[in-house]
Amino acid sequence: MSLTKAERTIILSMWGKISTQADAIGTEALERLFASFPQTKTYFPHFELRAGSAHLRAHGAKVVAALGDAVRSLDDVAGALSRLSELHAYILRVDPVNFKLLSHCLLVTLASHFPADLTADAHVAWDKFLSLVSCVLTEKYR
Amino acid sequence: MVHLTAEEKSLVSSMWGKVNVDEVGGEALGRLLIVYPWTQRFFDSFGNLSTPDAVMSNAKVKAHGKKVLNSFSNGLKNLDNLKGTFAKLSELHCDKLHVDPENFKLLGNVLVCVLARHFGREFTPLAQAAYQKVVAGVANALAHKYH
Repeated sequence: MSLTKAERTIILSMWGKISTQADAIGTEALERLFASFPQTKTYFPHFELRAGSAHLRAHGAKVVAALGDAVRSLDDVAGALSRLSELHAYILRVDPVNFKLLSHCLLVTLASHFPADLTADAHVAWDKFLSLVSCVLTEKYR
Repeated sequence: MVHLTAEEKSLVSSMWGKVNVDEVGGEALGRLLIVYPWTQRFFDSFGNLSTPDAVMSNAKVKAHGKKVLNSFSNGLKNLDNLKGTFAKLSELHCDKLHVDPENFKLLGNVLVCVLARHFGREFTPLAQAAYQKVVAGVANALAHKYH
């Protein structure tokens, strides 16, 4: 599944808005992840995970920054995220199911911040893009 | 069994009270068919589903979405006995409709996205967590009688 031209346009144009609140969006997506799917907290025993914590904010910012890297290289997401892909494969080894959970929480965050922008077409585009990112991050697992 | 705290139950029912169940049903089902087009396999008789506009304006999609969400609504009144509430529907989806239970999870998550759009910032992480429990419970209940 690859992104059509129209889908890339949607992602790029929404990214403009998202990037102005990037850190808040990343943080909120993680808060949603840990609230709805508490098992995901097992990957962060070293973090203080309460809402608003410095750890959460820093990590949320990191996650969205990586998405930004992917958005800026929609023609070569695998290339843009190659190092992150290795990190997840060899060091972090997060079970692949969790990428779906975080992707869903990112989508919900976007829906709540930008309801008018998340049209059905945009919903498809973002779901596909986040699936693509998840795929890239797990492609070196075995 | 779903285990919602008192706070979660209260969040779920107070938000649901503000939902136009008929409309949200159509929107959720429509988005399912658009975002996950392979789900259209169950709806050959629905006519034109070829574009997002066609799906969202399709009368059969709206009618069916309404039906589905009214059933879900009923589940919300029986959170302590979802398996019992959806037993017959579970048998139907297995024996007659042949629907892979994975689709119940997909629809549940699309519904959560639709609620997030409708409620905006009011759809807090806590509210989402409560609704995720509910949609998971309903999905499990609908799959419970599969054999």
